[in-house]
Amino acid sequence: MSIWANQDTKVIIQGITGKQGLFHGEQMLAYNTKLVGGVTPGKGGTTVLDGVPVFNTVSEAVEVTGANASIIYVPPAFAADSIMEAADSGIELIICITEGIPVIDMIQVKRYLEDKPARLIGPNCPGIITPGEAKLGIMPGYIHTKGHVGIVSRSGTLTYEAVHQLTTAGIGQSTAVGIGGDPVNGTNFIDTLQAFNEDEDTKAVIMIGEIGGTAEEEAAEWVKANMTKPVIGFIGGQTAPEGKRMGHAGAIISGGKGTAAEKIKTLNANGIEVAETPAVIGETLIRVLKEEGLYEACVTGQPTT
Amino acid sequence: MNIHEYQAKELLRAFGVAVPTGYPAFTVEEAVSAAAKLDGELKVVKAQIHAGGRGKAGGVKLAKTDEEVKQYASEILGKTLVTHQTGPEGKVVQRLYIEEGSAIDQEFYLGLVLDRSIGRIVIMGSSEGGMDIEEVAEHTPEKIHKEVVDPVVGLRPFQARRLAFKMEVPTKLVNKFSDMVMKLYKVYVETDCTIAEINPLVTTKDGNVIALDAKLNFDSNALYRHTDIVDLRDTTEEDPREVEASKHDLSYIALDGNIGCLVNGAGLAMATMDIIKHYGAEPANFLDVGGGATKEKVTEAFKLILSDDQVKGIFVNIFGGIMKCDIIAEGIVAATKEIGLDLPLVVRLEGTNVDAGRRILDESGLAITSASSMADGAEKIAALVR
Repeated sequence: MSIWANQDTKVIIQGITGKQGLFHGEQMLAYNTKLVGGVTPGKGGTTVLDGVPVFNTVSEAVEVTGANASIIYVPPAFAADSIMEAADSGIELIICITEGIPVIDMIQVKRYLEDKPARLIGPNCPGIITPGEAKLGIMPGYIHTKGHVGIVSRSGTLTYEAVHQLTTAGIGQSTAVGIGGDPVNGTNFIDTLQAFNEDEDTKAVIMIGEIGGTAEEEAAEWVKANMTKPVIGFIGGQTAPEGKRMGHAGAIISGGKGTAAEKIKTLNANGIEVAETPAVIGETLIRVLKEEGLYEACVTGQPTT
Repeated sequence: MNIHEYQAKELLRAFGVAVPTGYPAFTVEEAVSAAAKLDGELKVVKAQIHAGGRGKAGGVKLAKTDEEVKQYASEILGKTLVTHQTGPEGKVVQRLYIEEGSAIDQEFYLGLVLDRSIGRIVIMGSSEGGMDIEEVAEHTPEKIHKEVVDPVVGLRPFQARRLAFKMEVPTKLVNKFSDMVMKLYKVYVETDCTIAEINPLVTTKDGNVIALDAKLNFDSNALYRHTDIVDLRDTTEEDPREVEASKHDLSYIALDGNIGCLVNGAGLAMATMDIIKHYGAEPANFLDVGGGATKEKVTEAFKLILSDDQVKGIFVNIFGGIMKCDIIAEGIVAATKEIGLDLPLVVRLEGTNVDAGRRILDESGLAITSASSMADGAEKIAALVR
């Protein structure tokens, strides 16, 4: 069990003939992900990566391959359109890796998706991985281990850091979801927490946030009211100055709002323990798992340290 | 991206928003001749810097005569203004804006901004014009009125009117006010703003609605489709190292500490700053080399860190995913050889090809302290600079 992506997920890549699309397509295949096709307008009828068919449109790709997920590596100026094309073609899970999509375009996309069943993850995210089953993203697959801890994060490399700490401690992961670093995105913390809460195989969740916006605060309140499983957190950017965008378009403190201190306070107030430094995310989770009597059940791998 | 008030007003004027007549000036002479072109008794001499709070800091003066224009222009040009937005070091005034005075009746606040929690543009209005809107929000939130825009149909006139009535705009000026709100929304969407703020927006004694100040910020992700706005960038208002970094496509932000950081990924870069602080030291910068950094990019990143003479040590923190540790290690070795690094350097490598990466560093013969984890690295660099 897992959330949203598993061994039966049939995925296509939008922008498959580009450098990024080809590279990550190969990595996804190496992870045994069911990559059934790709889309590049004008290159329909060809194949790439030893037999993956390329189509001109997403609807054609869906019709022929039965794909239910798509991962987007299209440049920022065209990515919003690609997301809408995927949703229009009946794709259920859309993952947009692209960084740098204008906010105005994402406002349109979010509105467009409102009455469609599609779930968007991202943009500006590493994607989603269900260890041992499917890798729909750019994360290094080998650091993951199958297991029972769910991860949801606004940052890519910080997620790898957390996953690495878990894996070396023998704690496997059910699914890791990168929701992205942009101010307007598809799936948010609450959507992901809710899915983990309903997933039988997930026993605890790590939530990694950062400065900017109030998504972490809203999630913390949701956790207190609804979550039946332990959640621990980490918030990046405790030393970030006000008014500067810290790499991610959404990571900015403005008008004194969106600070790490404020977020940590709200998380704590809602019963979520927050790791003091990024180096102890794993330790913090393990301590909570032991307190809750869940530790043994969560050791699914071989500790290496 | 940020622009000056006078540039914002030019843009607003092009969209039909009423703004006072005015001219930019780079010298006292230009200020005097700009004032001569303006009608009316009263002229305003305004410092142009990328920060708010100029009035309180003495950067905005009302001049009644040409002599006074000259006097104020000489006083303000070259002056360092310290406001709540500039930081304690302040900003040197290099440009002025000379504007005709307005017969102000009432002051209002009007702002457009993205509401991240709903992913929509929100129009905010308040009768508390000329004040810091964050303070109004904190002390008298009931005085801020909002309208949320549905992107499918855009801002509707009824919303602009409703806002006007809630803000208690004089009834006979509601239409003029609504017209300005509609136009400002058009500016926001068509030029990809992240903030469009008019504070104060004033009604005048002769029955007009005017944007007395203007602040426009733009979405840097959308600048590719606005070359005219890119031309308005004033790099003298930015940190020179941040300007240099942007040329090499590096994400860099200067900070006050003495430990230079080189990290891959924005989240990890922020967390690295935090952990340095946790071990009792202060980061000198935020630097994300990105997912696909080359040897050249790593070299540029090193040069950038070292161009800050406050830096007393460097911490490289890499979690190789797509980026391979051996490539980073080669970059570090090449950069240190080229630049001749004589500061303590702590490197933490983890992830793809980590063993090859560590071997390259070990065999380089360079004085590099390797760290086994992020915490270990932060602790070591903090100890080395102490």
